[in-house]
Amino acid sequence: MSNAAISLKDLDISYGDTKVVRDVSFDVATGESFALVGESGSGKSTVLKAIAGLAPDWTGEISVLGKPRGHGTDRTFSNTCQMVFQDPYASLHPRKTIDTVLSEPLAIHGIGQRSKKVVEMLSAVGLDQRFRFRFPHQLSGGQRQRVAIARALMLEPKVMLLDEPTSALDVSVQAEILNLLKRLRREQGLTYLMVTHNLPVVSFMCDRMAVMNKGRIVEIAPKTALYDGSFSDPYTLDLYAASGGNPDADPAVAAASDTKDP
Amino acid sequence: MTDAPLLEVEDLRVSFATPKGPVEVVKGLNLTLGREERLGIVGESGSGKSMTGRSILRLIRAPGKQTAKTLRFDGLDLMAQGTRQMRRIRGARISMIMQDPKFSLNPVMTIGHQIAEALQVHEKLPRRDLQARVIEMLNSVRLNDPERVAKMYPHEVSGGMGQRVMIAMMLIPRPQLLIADEPTSALDVSIQAQVLDLIEELVTGNGMGLILISHDLNLVARYCDRILVMNGGEVVEACTAPDLHKASHPYTKGLLAAQPRMQETRDELPVLDRSGGVRT
Ligand SMILES: Nc1ncnc2c1ncn2[C@@H]1O[C@H](COP(=O)(O)OP(=O)(O)O)[C@@H](O)[C@H]1O
Ligand SMILES: Nc1ncnc2c1ncn2[C@@H]1O[C@H](COP(=O)(O)OP(=O)(O)O)[C@@H](O)[C@H]1O
Ligand SMILES: [Mg+2]
Ligand SMILES: [Mg+2]
Repeated sequence: MSNAAISLKDLDISYGDTKVVRDVSFDVATGESFALVGESGSGKSTVLKAIAGLAPDWTGEISVLGKPRGHGTDRTFSNTCQMVFQDPYASLHPRKTIDTVLSEPLAIHGIGQRSKKVVEMLSAVGLDQRFRFRFPHQLSGGQRQRVAIARALMLEPKVMLLDEPTSALDVSVQAEILNLLKRLRREQGLTYLMVTHNLPVVSFMCDRMAVMNKGRIVEIAPKTALYDGSFSDPYTLDLYAASGGNPDADPAVAAASDTKDP
Repeated sequence: MTDAPLLEVEDLRVSFATPKGPVEVVKGLNLTLGREERLGIVGESGSGKSMTGRSILRLIRAPGKQTAKTLRFDGLDLMAQGTRQMRRIRGARISMIMQDPKFSLNPVMTIGHQIAEALQVHEKLPRRDLQARVIEMLNSVRLNDPERVAKMYPHEVSGGMGQRVMIAMMLIPRPQLLIADEPTSALDVSIQAQVLDLIEELVTGNGMGLILISHDLNLVARYCDRILVMNGGEVVEACTAPDLHKASHPYTKGLLAAQPRMQETRDELPVLDRSGGVRT
């Protein structure tokens, strides 16, 4: 597929002697937002890590924006593709100011006008300039996740790998981060591959989804399948039912999600 | 006595001493829980849900401090109970399930042994009966091969199994009140539903009251009769579960609206204004 931003073909990924992902193939179109869902341990993060060069033990084909990926880290690669992790507490260095965190990728790549770019990026992710010289522990969880997103965007990548970017956050903070991610994608023409276990988040953020179970993809479906539960794989149907399924079928859930916007 | 509520709480306050003076994190909370009633406490992190749950068991540790005008459980004034009396009530008459079983289970004791110990606090039974009750309990939380699970150590079981073990341990003394604090937040969606269905099944029909603490509005609406919404240490809304969608407080409305829906059509999610209203 020529317009694929991410293309995976017959991908197997191992840690040591254990193969944890088998036979994964899918394409994510340029500008698309694609979800990877499934229970913990099913191999979702591992797929993202392999694309990002953090899980080097794989066979098959990975290409990003038409360029095949080699094994191991690749500096030119980070210009096009960046990853955001789940835990905004663990993913930022505790003794580096936000300014350092954001300037560093630019410095490594010998890019100038760093100060100006940091100021612009802080406002792009909705963080007040007064946070610029603070440390991560002086920020809330939501603010830290904004910093993590800002750091990933510093090199102006075209593809973002998002690993449960809002799972550790409260509902209201999640709403802010999801809005932010949606706006950035629209403004900067980004492609998203996003891991989540939350099907309503897929419904808000994504165009299509792949469902993983025990290291394999069991189904690829459009987001509209969430509207009526029109999935074909039994595992996906279980997941859908456990997630509240079709709210029309459950009065309590319908009640909770039926609120008019104030 | 049976007409009286199972639990009555009036003007409950929890505060912490800080260098800048005491900070109140639960600010005059009132609640009543009927026998066999299921009450949900919902709110965002830091709203005071866990402190409320813990203070019912008088488990606030220094530098925290709790006071209450009334804290009555089954006619018993809990504020007047001594440390030893409280210890006897905990586990036997009121049980609490915490978010992460890994922190609540003893890592160096087999699961069977821990459950047996939980039962012995309450009832003295001959060894053989004890073992039978343990196996029966592990069976009722649907753990396959209970004899084998009883011999395992906590680190040998998955998160979902660990949480079932916790439930078994908390329910085996047949408490009158179960407080479950985010019992499934650490679990996968598909296992969450199984664990909550299990709690529901064990609670209903056993004359047990339930307080389910969660940050998830849909979840409490599904498993409770009544809901209290907390924000900043206060109950801002109290309603029955089916009436949650008619919520009137701006904070509750804001929380409901901020959640993505399975059939999502909105371009943007309304976000909460920290002062209580909603902005978009
Ligand atoms: N660094 C690692 N070394 C060995 N095994 C790992 C490592 N990371 C993950 N795994 C294993 O790989 C499997 C898939 O994990 P992961 O991709 O993290 O799943 P998910 O993101 O879907 O929860 C799991 O069985 C996990 O235990
Ligand atoms: N040891 C402590 N010292 C000071 N404040 C505390 C302490 N423990 C908890 N708190 C505060 O009490 C408030 C309520 O906490 P908690 O009941 O755990 O919230 P929830 O369970 O709703 O997330 C929080 O703002 C928290 O920061
Ligand atoms: Mg993962
Ligand atoms: Mg809590």
